[in-house]
Amino acid sequence: MAEAPTDAPVIDTHGLAKRYGHTDALIDLTLRVEPGEVFGFLGPNGAGKTTAVKLLLGLARASGGGGTVLGAPLGDRLARREIGYLPELFRYQPWLRAREVVELHGRLRGVDGGGSTSSGDAAAALELVGLANRADDAVGGFSKGMQQRLGLAVALLGGPRLVILDEPTSALDPVGRADVRSIVRRAADAGSTIFLNSHLLTEVERVCDRVAVVDHGRVLASGRIDDLLGESSVRLRITDFAAADVAELRRFGRVSVGEDGWFSITGLDPERVPDVVAAIVSTGGRVHAVESGRVTLEDLFMRLVGGGSDEAASGGAPERPA
Amino acid sequence: MRAAWIIARLTVAEAARRRILWVLLALTLFSVFVTTWGVERLVSLGREGPDPANELEIQVAVSQVLILVAFMFSFVLAMTAAFLGAPSIASDLESGIAHAMLARPIRRADLVVGRWIGLAAIVIAYASLSGLLEVAAVRLVSGYSPPQPWLAVVFLSGQAVVLLTFAMLLSTRLPAIASGAVCVVLFGLGWMAGVFAGIGRFFDAGPLVTAAEASRWLLPSDGLWRGTIYALEPSVVIAGIVGVGGPRAEANPFFAPTPPPTEFLIWSVVWIAAILALATWSLSRRDL
Repeated sequence: MAEAPTDAPVIDTHGLAKRYGHTDALIDLTLRVEPGEVFGFLGPNGAGKTTAVKLLLGLARASGGGGTVLGAPLGDRLARREIGYLPELFRYQPWLRAREVVELHGRLRGVDGGGSTSSGDAAAALELVGLANRADDAVGGFSKGMQQRLGLAVALLGGPRLVILDEPTSALDPVGRADVRSIVRRAADAGSTIFLNSHLLTEVERVCDRVAVVDHGRVLASGRIDDLLGESSVRLRITDFAAADVAELRRFGRVSVGEDGWFSITGLDPERVPDVVAAIVSTGGRVHAVESGRVTLEDLFMRLVGGGSDEAASGGAPERPA
Repeated sequence: MRAAWIIARLTVAEAARRRILWVLLALTLFSVFVTTWGVERLVSLGREGPDPANELEIQVAVSQVLILVAFMFSFVLAMTAAFLGAPSIASDLESGIAHAMLARPIRRADLVVGRWIGLAAIVIAYASLSGLLEVAAVRLVSGYSPPQPWLAVVFLSGQAVVLLTFAMLLSTRLPAIASGAVCVVLFGLGWMAGVFAGIGRFFDAGPLVTAAEASRWLLPSDGLWRGTIYALEPSVVIAGIVGVGGPRAEANPFFAPTPPPTEFLIWSVVWIAAILALATWSLSRRDL
């Protein structure tokens, strides 16, 4: 494996394509994931997300285009020493104990002398995902959520430079999802780059630095979440508010007046919403409702993929105006 | 190669943990007990009565019973090999276990070869233990010992490894059940081809013999089974049957007057290596 400079992209693909028979699973995937970031790869089912992951890992062969992972060509065997992977649909050997699964992957990781892990690393990985007290239980008795936690332990084992997580929270309850968010952030803080493949939009919005939205095998949008979501805004319903006092609101942002006493202020700092309310009250106005009007990732996602996915709507509670 | 050993050990551990080894051991003990009891009755009853059989007749009878027991056992062993090999790769692909392991810095060949080493070790151990235990038990109750029991075990093991390797090749592309079924059917057809070859010679049916012989080379399981018979056949039986039937005695599917030719044995080893290489290539070429 070529040793890539530390600031070189961890994933760099150009026009990556994959065709299965007459079906284009991926048409033109051009991506760049920088070291240390948490990158969200979003798309509805069938968008090509898992296909992209398989190409990055060499589990499938690209029909066109190319790229590098950790500075090595796609599928390079030795580069995989520094990659942790949680597959989407998987089941570990049900007859193995959780500790044995993690140790097995530690041994496979170190077959060529690099990145070997100790039994202490296995115990630490299980502790990290909350399975320390189930380490000697057979995996066959695990719930789907516990299997997913185990998969996360396997993926994070030994602190790999790149961690690819394919739908890591799909089987987890809200507590489990919060745990995973925290684990992912900690792994990123420890220096790993995280490639998070998901259709659970709230999860991605909360944990990722940058995202790419993919559908029908193409990247529809990519960038920092703040840049993609644009300016924040707030909607307020106000009564006893004189038209002359609207000028008072303009110092917070662009103001538009709607029906039934609704006002919108666009481009304001979300931290200043209490100041807006105080300003209205000081003029004698009465505030009946305040709603954050920022575009959510779900809004953006639905706009980009055309709202054709039920799963997209399951991404959590959107924060949007009524 | 280190990864292949890790997977081979994992395969043996799986067989032990999932009780496959213990089931095979129990089946072995039960089969040996039942067949030995049958032989003991045959020998005891043969030696008793108003017209007791002489010792040569008893030895010949026991030798033929032992060959039939070996035939039954070769069938069981073939099924075991086919149904251990058939899910070996296919099930790992279906469950995603293969995806998780092959995302590690190992070659796909490591997975195939590791699985093969582990399963071949189980099959050979099963064949050796069962075969030698049966021979020892029969000797204990009858005094008869076949001429080359170790060689018989080697041929039986070879036949099972042929089927195991072929099932693994199919397993890289087909679901487990389909791979097992195809393997069992081809094993049966291979045996029938051997029978046709013998009968074809009896009737001087040249094209039939050629086709049947060709199939024996395409799937060498029946040729190795013939080696098992030869290793179990006492010379007195060979001399007697050949003396009566001449070359046509080969029409009997449970009789082999000569060992398999050396070139056939070399071909069998090459065949196993080639099919294993093909299985590796097949898995390497497919998208997971």
